[in-house]
Amino acid sequence: MNNNYIIGLLTLILLSLPFIGVTGYPLHIVITILIWSFAYTGWSIMGRFGLVSLGHGAFMAMGGYITALLWNYYGLTPWIGIPIALILTAFLAIIVGYPCFKFRIIGHYFALVTLALSEVVRQVIIATRDYTGGSLGYTPEPHGEGGWSIYALQFPDDRTAFLFIAVFIWIIGILIWKYIDNSMSRYALEAISEDEDASAAVGVKVTREKLKITVISALITAFAGALYCQYQMFISPDTIGGVGISLQIVFAVVVGGIYSALGPTVGAIITLLLAEILRISIGTARVCVTDDFCLNASGFPLFIYGIMLIVFIIFLPKGIVGSLMDFFKNNSSKKIKTEN
Amino acid sequence: MAEFSEALFSIFFIETLLNGLLLGGILALLSLGLNLIFGVIDVVWICYAEIIMVGMYLIFWLNTDLGLHIIPSMFLGILFTGFVGWLTHKLVISKLINAAPINQLIATGGLLFFFQGAAMIVFGIEFRNMGISLGSLALSEDIYLSWTRLLSFAISGIIVIILYVFLSKSYLGAAIRAISQDREIMTLMGVDTKKLYLMTSAIGGGLAGLAGCLLVLQYDVHPFIGLSFGPITFIICVMGGLGNMVGGFLAAFIFSELITIGGYFAEIEWGYVLAFVFFIAMMFLKPEGLFTRKS
Repeated sequence: MNNNYIIGLLTLILLSLPFIGVTGYPLHIVITILIWSFAYTGWSIMGRFGLVSLGHGAFMAMGGYITALLWNYYGLTPWIGIPIALILTAFLAIIVGYPCFKFRIIGHYFALVTLALSEVVRQVIIATRDYTGGSLGYTPEPHGEGGWSIYALQFPDDRTAFLFIAVFIWIIGILIWKYIDNSMSRYALEAISEDEDASAAVGVKVTREKLKITVISALITAFAGALYCQYQMFISPDTIGGVGISLQIVFAVVVGGIYSALGPTVGAIITLLLAEILRISIGTARVCVTDDFCLNASGFPLFIYGIMLIVFIIFLPKGIVGSLMDFFKNNSSKKIKTEN
Repeated sequence: MAEFSEALFSIFFIETLLNGLLLGGILALLSLGLNLIFGVIDVVWICYAEIIMVGMYLIFWLNTDLGLHIIPSMFLGILFTGFVGWLTHKLVISKLINAAPINQLIATGGLLFFFQGAAMIVFGIEFRNMGISLGSLALSEDIYLSWTRLLSFAISGIIVIILYVFLSKSYLGAAIRAISQDREIMTLMGVDTKKLYLMTSAIGGGLAGLAGCLLVLQYDVHPFIGLSFGPITFIICVMGGLGNMVGGFLAAFIFSELITIGGYFAEIEWGYVLAFVFFIAMMFLKPEGLFTRKS
């Protein structure tokens, strides 16, 4: 219950940020964290049930690219473009998900099939470079004179507007997470992740439950991709798609905590702040140890990410939030499912 | 339609098919080590292509910066990646051996970032080229085949035979085959699985180094090169039936032909799209892999 108070308080603090003097770069970081948190929450909705997808980079790229392409080529406002992108993403999720679940593709087979999906979407974007700009990236065209436009969902130089949007969708993400956490589907999916055959035997509709959760998860991620595109006004296959982003999503959620509502948010805060702090403090400098042996600081974020991910998986598989919650209520009756 | 059939029977198409065959040799070699590790330890090393990259960088560094001859450089590269494979198991996988398989997969994802970061720190993000070209073999006036690809093809063929003999004749090989059939019973039979896993990881790492030796001759090295080989390597292993080395070998050729044929009719990226879509489709038709015998 007190979780709800924390979320309410956080929302109030976040919304008041622009009015207590937080603007510019710090506000940019907050918005970025919120958008990514939304995407991470989307992933953890299915990830917590053992459905580890490495294909969410594909969904995110679909959301961003379809919205931007419809705007640039057909002048279709994102208010219609985003729903179209979401419908197409859901379609893709069903096309891949249905046979996967029907034929019991689970565990690392599922991870590898979805990894192939990430790669398909990335390669299609690169192959259609005449329209999408390929690996060089893509920019939605500014509306009219390039100012503030609700029609085009573009708010250049006005971060406050986007903060409100970002907080709004972040809350929606958390609410969906909580809704599923309290629903019957959660029990069905937990049973499925323990033993598919046994849960099918007691009447759980395995394929339908899994498909439902996959589509919800894909939709959230695609929506995050579209908003990321509208906010940054630049997307490329490597910033919102591909295997790299898919792994980044998994990584942040694992660090934050896969079995708790605020886990993905905490994961986003930690990983993005870490990246920014490392980028600013070390920068992209070259540090020369000897005359001809120089180190490039730009590699440190990835290097430290990697070590952190391994350490977390080995020592804190429930992530920071999950471990803290365990620590505070050791005698809790609410059983949190552990993987090992 | 006439255009299509013309394209189909042109001399360039034959060249494409031959090049696909040679690419298959490399892909087969790439998937060998991963398949071995999967078959024995039952874990997917998402970072496998990054270990190949480590090998490529080491060979590049020894050869270009230290001026060591290419053959000893390659030898050291294979030894080092073997060591990296050993360490991967010792420091990461062995700690997670009883965890959910997916946790092991995510941990090796951490290693992927770790290797990429390490490569960026030491070598930067520039593309590095060894500048070695073995030229190409002219089969006829129009058909050229690169010697490096022919060499890779021959080497992966030889390695498959060596591995096959090793697995079927040696004591260690027999133990490895036995453990991939029944994990629990082997410990009861007094086989030291920990030692066996470490050995397999070292061999798998060494095979990654060997793949690195051949790749470094044909491609520029950069910290993210693993992302361009990784996905295709995984799907080849899955398609062949994870852990089934002969299946993986055959699957490598199917995929290489799909990629080059796709690349022949459109851009090379469409070749990859074709290969991945084929993979997803086949996953549904034969989820246990193309070449798995029903037991």
